[in-house]
Amino acid sequence: MGSRLALDDGVYLRNSVQTAAKILVVGHFAVGKTTFIGTMSEIPPLRTEEVMTQASAGIDDLRGAPGKTTTTVAMDFGRLTLSEKLVLYLFGTPGQQRFVQVWEDMTRGALGALVLVDPQRLEESFPVMDLVEHYGIPYAIAVNRFDGTPEHSFDEIREALDLLPETPVVNCDARDERSSADSLITLVRYLQSRLN
Amino acid sequence: MTIDDEPELVHEAAELVRPYVITNGRDLVDDSRFSLLTLVTVAQEPPRTQPLDPEKQRVLELCAGGFLSIAEIAGHTGLPVGVVRILVSDLTEEGHLYARAPIPSAQLVDRQILEEVLNGLQARFG
Repeated sequence: MGSRLALDDGVYLRNSVQTAAKILVVGHFAVGKTTFIGTMSEIPPLRTEEVMTQASAGIDDLRGAPGKTTTTVAMDFGRLTLSEKLVLYLFGTPGQQRFVQVWEDMTRGALGALVLVDPQRLEESFPVMDLVEHYGIPYAIAVNRFDGTPEHSFDEIREALDLLPETPVVNCDARDERSSADSLITLVRYLQSRLN
Repeated sequence: MTIDDEPELVHEAAELVRPYVITNGRDLVDDSRFSLLTLVTVAQEPPRTQPLDPEKQRVLELCAGGFLSIAEIAGHTGLPVGVVRILVSDLTEEGHLYARAPIPSAQLVDRQILEEVLNGLQARFG
């Protein structure tokens, strides 16, 4: 195929794949969502853009500044083919309240969410915790430890984030594949336990 | 390939071509049939006539290589997801694209999917 857009074979899904599942990777600004997705994805992470109509858009906006009636929110995502039939997509979803429109879209059909938190900036995770709870998405907490981060006990983190006793909390180095995979496995086991 | 971290920074700027121009003024389609995860590829017996719109052509060329999700089509083409939904919806209706039926969401199905996700993750990283 001489097409400019024809891509490497590795970009496409196997023909046998029937089911696409979705897990959200959420967290505040600069907590490591994109790193996590880049570590886990089998394809170079892709970025989608959602054009949102601003809540404030009204007659004034239309008249005054036509270029500003919409806002673009970018999200990175990656892909993991997990069997002949199943592919898992990981969507990095911003944690700011002003992106609720994106959340409505993202949460539909999501199995669950991995909430990345930075132990030194726990309070920045409050808005995203509010969002996952508002949308009723089951979640696990992955404490993304950067070099030199002082150890916080899980108890301190649980208390600060006001977690239910059953909510899993794991350490996670988003740069490390094994560590990131382990936190996903913890989330999926938790999701399973909720169905029993 | 590097992607600068934290893509969610919002940019507000006039687009070169506003999205509804690409979709001929059509409004966004009902989400239920075409989600971010709907998997599509070119139809086995597409109509002989090619679509005229350049964006539809791009989507068709991209999909010629195999199955992709709507999210991936958006990522590769740089078009907003809402626009890709409309283009894919049209192309499917016109017979150019084939879309896999979405799996209905039900607890029984979720249970199966979770089992498969867990097995897959463990097989790959365990």
